[in-house]
Amino acid sequence: MAYPFQLGLQDATSPIMEELLHFHDHTLMIVFLISSLILYIISLMLTTKLTHTSTMDAQEVETVWTILPAIILILIALPSLRILYMMDEINNPSLTVKTMGHQWYWSYEYTDYEDLNFDSYMIPTQELKPGELRLLEVDNRVVLPMEMTIRMLISSEDVLHSWAVPSLGLKTDAIPGRLNQTTLMAMRPGLYYGQCSEICGSNHSFMPIVLEMVPLSYFETWSALMV
Amino acid sequence: MLDVDSQKPPKGKWSTPPFDPRFPNQNQTRNCYQNFLDYHRCVKRMSRRGKSAQPCEYYFRVFHSLCPRSWVSRPRGRRRPAGGARVEGPVQLSRRPPPPRPPAPPQVQRWTEQIQEGTFAGKI
Repeated sequence: MAYPFQLGLQDATSPIMEELLHFHDHTLMIVFLISSLILYIISLMLTTKLTHTSTMDAQEVETVWTILPAIILILIALPSLRILYMMDEINNPSLTVKTMGHQWYWSYEYTDYEDLNFDSYMIPTQELKPGELRLLEVDNRVVLPMEMTIRMLISSEDVLHSWAVPSLGLKTDAIPGRLNQTTLMAMRPGLYYGQCSEICGSNHSFMPIVLEMVPLSYFETWSALMV
Repeated sequence: MLDVDSQKPPKGKWSTPPFDPRFPNQNQTRNCYQNFLDYHRCVKRMSRRGKSAQPCEYYFRVFHSLCPRSWVSRPRGRRRPAGGARVEGPVQLSRRPPPPRPPAPPQVQRWTEQIQEGTFAGKI
């Protein structure tokens, strides 16, 4: 989850998020290089007494600063498109989980085998136990098996919401009357936090998401208990 | 992926709806609805011919996995959260009484109830 003084993205838990993290590093490096070059040139411009009042044309530098940015943009676009297509790869999921956004909580349905469904409310600050995270903990977490491709179907029962888990690189809008699909694959066990990402009323900031990724045997035990 | 074969369900056992190339994109609304329609059409035609509706079970499993329950039928008693429904919200500064509630809209009928009442919009 997010931590104090965090500067970058959260640690990646899914392969796609790992790719996005590296892409972000690559692109941000290009941005920093260009920005520092421009800043340096501006500082040079501002601290010189030399002048040149008879400029007619500058064909060579114009050519360079047209071609070079085009190359840089291609160097950004190619990895970006690679990841975009990677997100759309066809995979056969092992499990389907539905989540419905409400004002102001999420409900989850696991209906592949038995009918398992529950609501997930945020734990109010006064009821937190020591060590728990404020505005992030919920009463019923979404327990899922790790290292398996899971199809998440997201919709809403009332207004727009958005189901987001940054560590897995997921953010999908919950639209009433529409069923949006996203694919979830966590490479390691643990707790992964997210928050509603579409303004949905007064308690929009108070409907978090917590994924509990566990080995398959734990998941089977849990779902048998919950039904 | 580690040990892919052990994660596949035993042969013949239902796992989850497979990828359907008719609905390759993010919007799976039509996938759910189409399988719901196909199930009811299959049941209607099989029963008309006096055959068992067992082959229709595939469509049932697909729409049961994909469609939100609230779209299909009225919930039969929801689980209440363990700690109570108290939700943290912004501080209430005004002491005025809350405005009168508008009249509740007519209950949204689910598909199954609509079929039973004959108000379902799809063609079965």
